[in-house]
Amino acid sequence: MLPRKWWLRDLLLLVLYVAVLYGLWVALEYAGAYWSWVRYPSRILVLIGINITLAVSLNIINGHAGQFSLGHAGFMAVGSYSSAYLTTKYFLPFVQKLPEGSVEAVIWQSVFLLVGVIAGAITAAICGYIVGLPSLRLRGDYLAIVTLGFGEIIRVLILNIEEIGAARGLTGVPAWANFFWVFFFAGLTILISHRLVMSSVGRAFLAVREDEIAAEAMGVDTTKYKVKAFVIGSALAGVAGALYGSFLMYLNPGMFTFVKSFEVVAMVVLGGLGSITGSVLAAIVLTILPEGLRYVKDFIPEGAPEMLKRDPRMVIYSIMLIVLMRVRPQGLFGRREIWEFLPKRKDTIPKEKRDEGDDKLDRDAGPSIR
Amino acid sequence: MPDDILLQANGVTIRFGGLTAVSNFNLAIRPHELVGLIGPNGAGKTTIFNMLTGVYKPTEGNIRIGGVSTHDMKPYQITRLGVARTFQNIRLFKDLTVLDNVKIGGHIHYKYSGTSAVLHTNRFHEAEDRAEVEAMDLLKIFGLASRAQFDAKNLPYGDQRRLEIARALAAKPKLLLLDEPAAGLNDSETLELMKDIHDIRDRFDIAILVIEHNMELVMGICERIVVLNFGKTICEGTPDEIRCNDAVIEAYLGEPADLAAL
Repeated sequence: MLPRKWWLRDLLLLVLYVAVLYGLWVALEYAGAYWSWVRYPSRILVLIGINITLAVSLNIINGHAGQFSLGHAGFMAVGSYSSAYLTTKYFLPFVQKLPEGSVEAVIWQSVFLLVGVIAGAITAAICGYIVGLPSLRLRGDYLAIVTLGFGEIIRVLILNIEEIGAARGLTGVPAWANFFWVFFFAGLTILISHRLVMSSVGRAFLAVREDEIAAEAMGVDTTKYKVKAFVIGSALAGVAGALYGSFLMYLNPGMFTFVKSFEVVAMVVLGGLGSITGSVLAAIVLTILPEGLRYVKDFIPEGAPEMLKRDPRMVIYSIMLIVLMRVRPQGLFGRREIWEFLPKRKDTIPKEKRDEGDDKLDRDAGPSIR
Repeated sequence: MPDDILLQANGVTIRFGGLTAVSNFNLAIRPHELVGLIGPNGAGKTTIFNMLTGVYKPTEGNIRIGGVSTHDMKPYQITRLGVARTFQNIRLFKDLTVLDNVKIGGHIHYKYSGTSAVLHTNRFHEAEDRAEVEAMDLLKIFGLASRAQFDAKNLPYGDQRRLEIARALAAKPKLLLLDEPAAGLNDSETLELMKDIHDIRDRFDIAILVIEHNMELVMGICERIVVLNFGKTICEGTPDEIRCNDAVIEAYLGEPADLAAL
């Protein structure tokens, strides 16, 4: 079995995860080289990884801490632009001097990608803090509007900064992100989110979501935890953004409109606010769905009305979303995780034994009242 | 001020616009005391609770807890001074488990950084193990251990009230404030609750301040009672003194004939 020492156990699992991912990535690369049709699904796979990171990070803010944010695309934009600018301007010239395809170049690429991702995370986190601190006095709809505004401000700012390409977009971003890194960070995001929610920090998030006044009465500094959720969530959105830019090799302010924020919100809500596995599943479904629906067009018969012969994919996509939310308004998993739906393992303590633990207050403890 | 006074309220007054909700309220609570705060609807009882716990700031006067003035403190800071409370309308974390409710109650005792949580450091394991044991111990005392994994909203009403007390006790307070703990309970449940409150005081060696409408409960367990009407203290004393005080009878207890029933 796994060793009991926590760091040894975690390290072992990390090595295992990295090895499996690396193996999958190499397999995908080779498969792509032999069969060209593999390349399209593997690109979608990478987008799924990025969307998982986005959805799970937004779930920390919207699902766990209950602060409805509509500005996720803004944090993502900050992360992707700062990372892309850093790598394109400072790291790329250095790597280009190295012989192409050499081990040295590959190692430096990975190191620089990591530095870029971390830089993206940090800048996005700073933005999360700046936005979070004043706006978290607001609740519900008001907070949603402020975050929506923030996302737009970021986009318009980028649109006007000549240094990072303004409306032309930032081109020539090195394509260092790949299946391996994207899923490495997606896994990391899930791990961070899961471990946080299973800790006192996560319990404080949930308490804030459930009842702020009660949470405050329990000694939870609600403002601090709201800001914390915002900072962690935006940092991870920055990670996703950094990978996104490097994967697409191009950035444009038009990628980060509020529509992008809504896409992520749709994932979180569809999966079930507060459910990590729900967010993951919804990210997968909502990334594949628009792609898969491209093929619907081929099945429309000749005699169909002209309106249907055009690409009906977004219509079907919208209808499916509406139907899903009508059938399961709480999202696919509600607030639960996937394993809570699986048949339960046998309890380690038999039920009768557990009941024995219950005793009413010991009546003989104190002096009689009457 | 003597050291052994847990809570001291001096001349506390609060006005909302032109309305003086509470005026010149004085109270001192010593360790291990069980004090009742009664008064008709709208007398200002819950307002006083909200001032003691930092939800409202008094317009005048000051409140000291363990000798520390709480004037500029937020509710969570006051909790850290050793004051825990329950709410008149139950405010459990409904969608969380019974166990998590109690663990959040003990939040101030199980703190570690987010990094510790993500890396599962020894600090994390130590605090979480302690949280689990202490929370389960509390649940056992309240007869809720077998339902630790239930969502709080699925507990029967009476148990929700008990869970709220358990959650407050998880903060290991020196002073527990109960806001109408018997609201909505039937006679036999109220009787049980009376015993419980008394036992809690002795078992955890804490002071308790109870707001209550139910005269039977307050008269039965409190050593000292403060009677409030229209924001003013009209009387303070032992249950017997209160029972015989004319002002109290007139303001709160109604016709003397009703008193015979007590």
